[in-house]
Amino acid sequence: MTRSTALAWARVAVVVAIVVLLEALCRTGIIKPLTLVPPSLMLTDLYRLLVSGDITDDIVQTFLEVGTAFAIAGAVGFALGALVHALPRLRQALDPLLAAWYAIPLFVFYPLLVALFGLTVLPLIAIGVGFATPAMMIATLTGLDRVPPVLRRVARMHRLSPLSTIWRVILPSAAPYLFGGLKLSFAYAFIGVIAGEFILSGGGLGYGIAYAYESFENRKMYALMLFVLLLAVGVNAVLQSLESHIARKRSRQ
Amino acid sequence: MTRFTDRLLLLAAIVLIWFAAAAYAGDIAITPPLQTVRYLFGLLATASFWGHAGATLLAFLAALVISILGGVMLGLAFGLRRFAGDVAEPIIASLYTIPKVTLYPVMLLIFGLGMPAKIAFGVIHGLVPVLLFTLAAVKNLSPTLWRTARALRLTPMQTALTVLAPAVLPEIVSGVRVGFALTLLGVLIGEMFASQRGLGFLIVNGINIHNVPMTTSVAVLVVTFAVLANSAMMALDRRAHRVR
Repeated sequence: MTRSTALAWARVAVVVAIVVLLEALCRTGIIKPLTLVPPSLMLTDLYRLLVSGDITDDIVQTFLEVGTAFAIAGAVGFALGALVHALPRLRQALDPLLAAWYAIPLFVFYPLLVALFGLTVLPLIAIGVGFATPAMMIATLTGLDRVPPVLRRVARMHRLSPLSTIWRVILPSAAPYLFGGLKLSFAYAFIGVIAGEFILSGGGLGYGIAYAYESFENRKMYALMLFVLLLAVGVNAVLQSLESHIARKRSRQ
Repeated sequence: MTRFTDRLLLLAAIVLIWFAAAAYAGDIAITPPLQTVRYLFGLLATASFWGHAGATLLAFLAALVISILGGVMLGLAFGLRRFAGDVAEPIIASLYTIPKVTLYPVMLLIFGLGMPAKIAFGVIHGLVPVLLFTLAAVKNLSPTLWRTARALRLTPMQTALTVLAPAVLPEIVSGVRVGFALTLLGVLIGEMFASQRGLGFLIVNGINIHNVPMTTSVAVLVVTFAVLANSAMMALDRRAHRVR
C-alpha cells in the first residue's frame, strides 16, 4: 500500500469514526434529539426530501445563483486582476482594500443592494459576486507576478505579438494560480449566496434552512444542512483532484 | 508621498461612489456621507452605543483568544505528527469551504441565545485559518533545523522555544491576520441573528425599524475598523517575515 492510499483510507476512517460517534451519542440520548438529529436519520430525511421534489425549486434557485455569481466573479475578477496588474500605482492604492476585503461583513449592504436591484435574486447574486471577485483578482495578480521574466524575454526573442504572448506564454504560466483562484471563487460564491439566502431571501437552500429552523422543523433543517455540506465538500473535492491532476501533468512535461 | 496621495485618491473615489449610490438609491437604502458622519458622532456620544460596542468587543476578544490558542495548539500537534497532519489537512481545508452561516442554528441549539453562541460562532470562523497556517508552517520546516537541534543536544523544551517558535512565528502571524478578520465577521454575523446586544444587532435592528442612518453609520464604523485593523496586522505580518 502506498502512502497516498494509506492516507486516503485513514481519512475515510476518521470521517466514518466521527459519523459513527455522533450516531452513537444521538441514539443513546447523550446528545438530545432537539440539539442534533442522528446522521442516519439526516440521510434518510434528505433522501425523502429529494425524492418528494419539495426542495427541487430551492435547489435550482441556489444552483442558478451560485453559477451566475461564479461565472461573473471569474470573468470580472480575472479582467480586473489583469487591469490592476498593468497599473502598479492603482494596485498599490487598492492593496489595503483587497487585503481587508474578507474582513468586511458584506451583508450590511443588503438594504442598499435591494434598493439598487429590487427584491429579486439579483441582490443575492451581487453578494456572491462581491464575495468571490476579490479572490479571483488576488489570484490573477499573484499568477501574473509569478510569470518568470525569462519567459517574457523568450517571447520577445521569438517576436510574438502581444496577443500570442499572452495566449501562449503568460496564461499557461499563470494557469495554476488562475485555477486556484477559480476554486476559491467558487467556494466564496457558494458561501455568499447561501449566507445571503439564509439571512435575507425568500427562496433557495439557505432560506430553507432558516425557515425550517424558525418553524422548529429540526429534521428538515438537518437534512438540508447535510445537503449543503455534502455539496460544498463534494464540489471542493472534484476541483481539488482536477487541480492536482493538472499539476501532475505539468510536472511531467 | 505618492503612496499617501494614492490612498487619499482611493478614499475619495470610495466616498464618490457612496455619494452616487445614495443619490441613486435614495434615503431608504443608504445615508449620504456627511449625514452619516454627523449621525455617527451623535451615536458615539450616547452611553447605550458603548454598551453595544463593548458587548461586541468582549465577544470578539474572547473568540479571538480561543481561535488563536486553539488553532496554534492544534496546528502544532498535527504539524509535528506527519501522518496525522496529512490525514487531517484536507478534511480541515474542506471545513473551510462550507458556508458556516448555515451552522448557526446548531450553535444556538447547543449554546442557547447570547454570549457563548456569539463566541462559538466567531471561533468556528476564525480557528480554521490559524490552524491551517500553523500546520503548513510546521510541516514545511526545513529538516536541517531539526538535525541542528539534535546535533546541539537541545532538550525538547529548548527545541520548541529556540528553534520551532521563531521558525513558525511569521506564518502564525499571517494566520492570525486572516483569523482576526474572520473572527470579527463571525461574531458580527452571530449578532445579526439572535442577539439583543452588539454592533451586529444595531445594524440588523436598523434594517428592521428602517433606521437607515443607524445601519449606514454602524456599517461604516465596522468596515473602517476592519480595514484599519487589517492594515496594522499586515504591517506586523511584513515585519515578522522580514526579520527572518
